Amino acid sequence: MLQVNDIIHLAVTGLAQGCAYGLIALGFVLIYKATEVVNFAHGEFMMLGAFAVLAFSEALGGSFWPAFVLGCLSIGVVGYLIDAQIMRRIIGQSSASIFILTVAFGFIFRSLAGMIWGWQTLSLNTPFDGKVVIAEGLSISHDRIAIVAATAILCGVLYLFFSRTRFGVAMQAASQNQLAAFYMGIPVKRLVSVTWAIGAMIAAAAGALLAPVTQIDTTIGFLGIKALAGAIVGGFGSIPGALLGCLLIGIIEPFADFYFPAIKGVSAYVVMLLVLFVKPEGLISQTFQKKV
Amino acid sequence: MQVLFKTRYEDDIHFLAKTGEKIRVGLVVLLLIAAPLFLQNYYLAELGLMLVYAIAGIGLMILTGHTGQVSFGHAAFLAIGAYCHSILISHGVPFSVSVVLTVTLSGVIGMLLGRSASKMHGFYLAIATLAFLILVETFLGEWEAVTGGHAGFKVPALKLFGIPLKAMWQQYYLDLFFVFVVVLGAANLFRTPTGRSFLAVRDSELSARSLGVSVEWVKIQSFGVSAAITGLAGVLLAHHLSYLSPEVFGVLESLKLMLMIVVGGLGSILGAIFGAILISLLPIAISFLRDVLPPAVGQQAGLEPLLFGLIIVVFIVFEPQGIYGRWMKIRFFFETFPYYRKSSFVRQKSYLKTERMR
Amino acid sequence: MSAAATLSVRNLSIMFGGVHAVEDVSFDVNPGEIFAIIGPNGAGKSTIFNLISRLYEPSNGSIHYGEHDLLKLPAHKIVKTGIARTFQNIELFEQATVLQNLLVGRHSHSSGNPLTDFAFLPGVKRSELEHRRKVEDIIDLLEIAQYRDERISDLSYGARKNVELARALCAEPSLLLLDEPASGLNNEETDDVGFWLEDIKHDLGVTLVMVEHDMNLVGSIADRVMAINDGRLITIGTPEEVRENAEVQQAYLGVSP
Repeated sequence: MLQVNDIIHLAVTGLAQGCAYGLIALGFVLIYKATEVVNFAHGEFMMLGAFAVLAFSEALGGSFWPAFVLGCLSIGVVGYLIDAQIMRRIIGQSSASIFILTVAFGFIFRSLAGMIWGWQTLSLNTPFDGKVVIAEGLSISHDRIAIVAATAILCGVLYLFFSRTRFGVAMQAASQNQLAAFYMGIPVKRLVSVTWAIGAMIAAAAGALLAPVTQIDTTIGFLGIKALAGAIVGGFGSIPGALLGCLLIGIIEPFADFYFPAIKGVSAYVVMLLVLFVKPEGLISQTFQKKV
Repeated sequence: MQVLFKTRYEDDIHFLAKTGEKIRVGLVVLLLIAAPLFLQNYYLAELGLMLVYAIAGIGLMILTGHTGQVSFGHAAFLAIGAYCHSILISHGVPFSVSVVLTVTLSGVIGMLLGRSASKMHGFYLAIATLAFLILVETFLGEWEAVTGGHAGFKVPALKLFGIPLKAMWQQYYLDLFFVFVVVLGAANLFRTPTGRSFLAVRDSELSARSLGVSVEWVKIQSFGVSAAITGLAGVLLAHHLSYLSPEVFGVLESLKLMLMIVVGGLGSILGAIFGAILISLLPIAISFLRDVLPPAVGQQAGLEPLLFGLIIVVFIVFEPQGIYGRWMKIRFFFETFPYYRKSSFVRQKSYLKTERMR
Repeated sequence: MSAAATLSVRNLSIMFGGVHAVEDVSFDVNPGEIFAIIGPNGAGKSTIFNLISRLYEPSNGSIHYGEHDLLKLPAHKIVKTGIARTFQNIELFEQATVLQNLLVGRHSHSSGNPLTDFAFLPGVKRSELEHRRKVEDIIDLLEIAQYRDERISDLSYGARKNVELARALCAEPSLLLLDEPASGLNNEETDDVGFWLEDIKHDLGVTLVMVEHDMNLVGSIADRVMAINDGRLITIGTPEEVRENAEVQQAYLGVSP
């Protein structure tokens, strides 16, 4: 049986993991809302982010924060270019082709990362290596707290950005009706690319923050698929729904791994398939019937 | 350009209307049948493997290309086919019985997946099928007592009606036989109501429904047919691999199947075959590249997925109709020479198609 | 062809987010007539069609066609009762040829299953040829032979409208729901549509219900007209009667009587 301390420990671990999923999900829900493209390569943005921060941190002699900012910005540039150079050309193609395209990006990024930084596991020094002792036998490490805090902060910042700034409101308008937004003089193309950049940056931040927990190698991008699963559980169309779903997945995971070791690592998919079986639209539905 | 005078409705039902097509297809069939006469065993095995992938590609094409349902998990059906068949024959079940049982099982699992998928759409389905693949892979690794787990499973030698087929040409003819069955069957499907209802669901679920097509049932059927055909490919693949392990049927294998149908040309059976040819030539191209490129790049482990990814990107961006589309353009160029104009195939301007409203 | 019957709609209502899109509408369509539904944009005309073809679930009311209680049937069984329809924004199978589109129109009359179709048994071939013959009759009627092997995505707007009408006719309906058959067509094409609709009514004995804005077309071919506004029924009568109705004039022109 689990002790109370163990339960709290697993729950906190799960919460932090869920927040990390949530950060990744935040990025691709933003992109989805703006362009209806589901970026299957979003986990790879996260992986690239972790590698970029690591590379900058080595180049700068181990200082974390400048490396963090530079790393996130450079992945943001990658996101912007992906949209401006490629995604923009294929608007209107069947959604099947677009999914396949983003999956292909994932494979390209993973191979490139492996070729540049190698296939072995690396670790990144972050300022969060201490831990808070709450009670005897129960402690929470700083890196986990950092993830939860970063999720809360980023959500707050994004909320303010979308509700208070001119740019953010324009982005919301464009995501609801691109054509109408275009007629109102909003540069829709650029906005969409910026959305990609923001989504990529959030993922990169998640990658850097997660680095102490997961270490860094080319396979951590698969977390993106789990984040997708979480977002689906919650309902893809809304950011709060997606976050909620990711937290749920994150918290269920350590317990499922504990009780059903046979499905270690894949419990997120089991939960998602179960939810989809019962409620195909996710817990919070966002699609409407087409008007005819 | 050849003008056809059709005098009977049968003329529209036949597959090969033009004389040129008849000659081309006839030549290919003859070459395939005669291949063991002039090919060494190694190349014959490669050709056989290509045929197996053509079958798998047609399986996925029916689902994704013709019914519009994306599946990132089709390698799971390859795995189900390969494992189920190998386990059955290792318990002494005859080949012919095992094939029927395996294809049925694969089809039924496909229909079950299709049933749960029939209410989903777009990327929900894509992710659900991907999750299905990951679960199947995990399951095959964990169920060691039967599948041998990650240690692998030895595929028993090929025997047909009690006669061992040891020579490569015998196995090759077996592959070829099934390719003929599947190509003919798939082509039949699309000149009959079943196949047309697939196309209808792909292009407009609403009007399909109002014309009496049960969209849910069509998706279940399409998943079933597709999974059965892919399962058959798995059966044949098992005999080519001779040793099965769960990792063989992973996400990369699914990507390979996707690459085949996208690069071959979505929505045509010929496209799946072109895709299979390309997939079989890729390893040769890759080993050539490894020699040519500087070792810093050429000897890297990730070269294969990198190339897969790049090819998909290039085709989707520049030639969404795939090799099949390019082939049609080239043919049109020669048939209408010298009147071909670039604008004959200019793509219509297209806009974002929303999925939120369905 | 299923026998013509009376379409009777009683107290039909549907709510969209607290708003009554259609409220307590009742009407009968008699066999063999051309029945037009008119009303300003957003009056609920297309919604009535979508309710009849079961794409929407009504919150109240009943719809019967002959002895069939339509509300007990799923959407894909409606065509079996003899009701076919077209759509306001043309819903054709874009990547298929005209012939394939029309053959899908025959779906309700075919009894295929994947296994027999896969093997292309002789019976399948026979029924294929039979469908093909029926389709060819419709192709002749609507004069679309020149497009037979074209893809829908290569057709002009007017041609698409014809093909969609042809596809609905391929289902051999006894009642045809036409959602704005003349919208987007020029005068000449509209006249053609008018002739065809009268042909369809007289030669094929099909009852027609149409939503239409073109009052000239409605006035020249409709037997009876129903006017609705804000989801409620204003009046039913001959085209002249409806045109003279004070409430209709107000709804359309915004002038007080």
